[in-house]
Amino acid sequence: MAVIPLSKVDAYAGHPEKKLTLYMLMLGFAALLLGTFFGPLQSFNYGGLDLYPYLKPLIQSYYQGLSLHGVLNAIVFTQLMAQALLVYFPARELGYRPNMALAWVSWWMALVGLLIAAIPLLLNAASVLYTFYAPLKAHWAFYVGAAIFVLSSWVSAYLVLQMWLRFKRENPGKITPLVTYMSLIHWLMWFLASLGLVVEVAFFLIPWSFGWIEGVDPLLMRTLFWYTGHPIVYFWLLPAYVVAYTILPKLAGGKLISDPLARLAFLLFLLFSIPVGFHHQFADPGIAPGWKFIHTVLTMMVAVPSLMTAFTLAASLENAGRARGGKGLLGWIRALPWNNPSVLALLLGLIAFIPGGAGGIVNASFTLNQAVHNTTWIPGHFHLQVATLVTMAVMGTAFWLIPHLTGKPLVRPGLAWASMWLWFIGMFIMTFTLHWMGFLWGIPRRAHIAESPAAMEAYRESAAWMVMNIVSGIILLVAAVMFFYVIFATALQARRDFSEHQEIPFAEAISKPEGNSLALMTERVGFWFGVAVVLILVAYGPVLFQMFTNMNPVPGMRLW
Amino acid sequence: MNHEEHVVIERFERGWLVFGIGMIVVFVVLIAYTMANFGGSIPVGTQRIDPTKVRSEGEFANPRIEQIGNEYVAYVQAFAFGYLPAEMRVKKDRKVTFYVTSPDVQHGFMIERTNINVQVIPGEVARVSHTFRKAGEYQIICNEYCGLGHANMISKIVVEE
Repeated sequence: MAVIPLSKVDAYAGHPEKKLTLYMLMLGFAALLLGTFFGPLQSFNYGGLDLYPYLKPLIQSYYQGLSLHGVLNAIVFTQLMAQALLVYFPARELGYRPNMALAWVSWWMALVGLLIAAIPLLLNAASVLYTFYAPLKAHWAFYVGAAIFVLSSWVSAYLVLQMWLRFKRENPGKITPLVTYMSLIHWLMWFLASLGLVVEVAFFLIPWSFGWIEGVDPLLMRTLFWYTGHPIVYFWLLPAYVVAYTILPKLAGGKLISDPLARLAFLLFLLFSIPVGFHHQFADPGIAPGWKFIHTVLTMMVAVPSLMTAFTLAASLENAGRARGGKGLLGWIRALPWNNPSVLALLLGLIAFIPGGAGGIVNASFTLNQAVHNTTWIPGHFHLQVATLVTMAVMGTAFWLIPHLTGKPLVRPGLAWASMWLWFIGMFIMTFTLHWMGFLWGIPRRAHIAESPAAMEAYRESAAWMVMNIVSGIILLVAAVMFFYVIFATALQARRDFSEHQEIPFAEAISKPEGNSLALMTERVGFWFGVAVVLILVAYGPVLFQMFTNMNPVPGMRLW
Repeated sequence: MNHEEHVVIERFERGWLVFGIGMIVVFVVLIAYTMANFGGSIPVGTQRIDPTKVRSEGEFANPRIEQIGNEYVAYVQAFAFGYLPAEMRVKKDRKVTFYVTSPDVQHGFMIERTNINVQVIPGEVARVSHTFRKAGEYQIICNEYCGLGHANMISKIVVEE
């Protein structure tokens, strides 16, 4: 061979955090690869086509496959992406190196937790879906592994906090750079949000699964789960927003319209992401309607930062399109670099987010929710959000970030581009179908209907729509194969070329934060963190106090 | 971008946010209105019980639907994997109040083409009510994962003229 590959030492010289980021990213994509494999099987099920019998004895049931799909895609992949992107970006923006020893601790915790939880999942001993509602009781290893995995995110949060404190110490009176500010707010929000899950698992589910306590209160478990379970979607979403605000405008050839407004949007997410969990429990007895109404109003408030984001991003993209010579009312849209797979992925994801957000308003509307609760409408909704925008933002980022981290050029950019179109089209068909089936016919989510003659008979009116599920499943399977080929072929090749991709394409802002009163106000992070805590205490305190002091423990069961 | 464009953008953004927040206010008012006027279909907890004794003690040991005056009251067990009573019959235009609970794990109690949609939680008794205006068969569907037989957990209520 005439080509002499650069050694790994050279590749990561001066930037050991690049290697860490790559490891987080690739572990996440490995999880996504396995989890995504079960996605089309779910789609086929809702088309009346049952492929699960062919997976035996490897996979025992639809519900085992669904548990793997939910846990790997929604909990593992998403968290690893946040740990990859929102530690690396602020480190590079500030020019700091995160505490590398701790950073590797976070990676190993994630890996070990993942492996421990994977064993019962793969052995059909934890087919409790990613919501693991008590009194369905999984093997203890599932809860222990999940706890270690989630706690590794606290280490990532600490790394960013540490870098931010160092910046404030070294630059008194200066405003935090935007990416660092967004990352910090993201991690602070997640720390507060994850407390519910940590308490649920550490104090109840783990002792229960070991047999140290007889029972747990299912309503309290649900409440703690959804305390974390709604803000977790912002934990997934905000890394995508960071990329959309601070990198997309640059990739598209323009600038971010307003830096202070981006800060304000993130600050609002810190305040309103958490005290909203009852909107997942509108149909629960045991929580008074008045409290559910309070959470309804707070949930509506959390739409505001997304409305602001929609405006700022659209304006920034218009700025980019016009800078590229786009003319007329809509000419700037055509002028955007649609042929760049990284830009395409985000643009398509953001388009999907518009109906996704509108559907979210329906879910958040207490009384309207009765019509869609636990129907296929719900997975239809969140696949627009997390499986389209969030996942596509990460996919599009990986197309330039893996080359940036490793010096290995992107393999087959045309295939990467086509995979994003297919992913978007497949998701659009699937989510539209699921919305419709859930809303019109009340088809239940998470049900192995293809195996049940009674169910297929009961839902026969939606047969025409069921065909669309099969179509979308095939499209998404093809898209996934193409995408994973590009990612793994890029990461595993021997060729390295460091002439390109040296800098992260952070966008410049038109309205800058210096001297801006809004930016100064948002800079009081400690104060706003306190406000967030107070809002949580008001919205959750009395209900949680009553639940904790009046528990109704129930024994566990395994019904799969 | 010059100063003039900047002013225009800020004006558009204010307009957009006023519109957005205005819509949110409209939604909240409508939700409050529906709560006040159609509150019967909102699940309310009436009591907490011991799920291990649901089958042997209290109202739910005898799952039934009974007519009381002009109305119906139903005590329904949602269990893995079915409902008791297995089938219910009511006359149309009469209010039906359902009390639902579970002796084992969580279930759903959704009646198609109505707003009845309950998260059935062991240990909690949920109450909802509905008046069927049209005769016919309505399927009752479990929409919470409860185990291997979840998809088969379908029952019905027959509404007669």
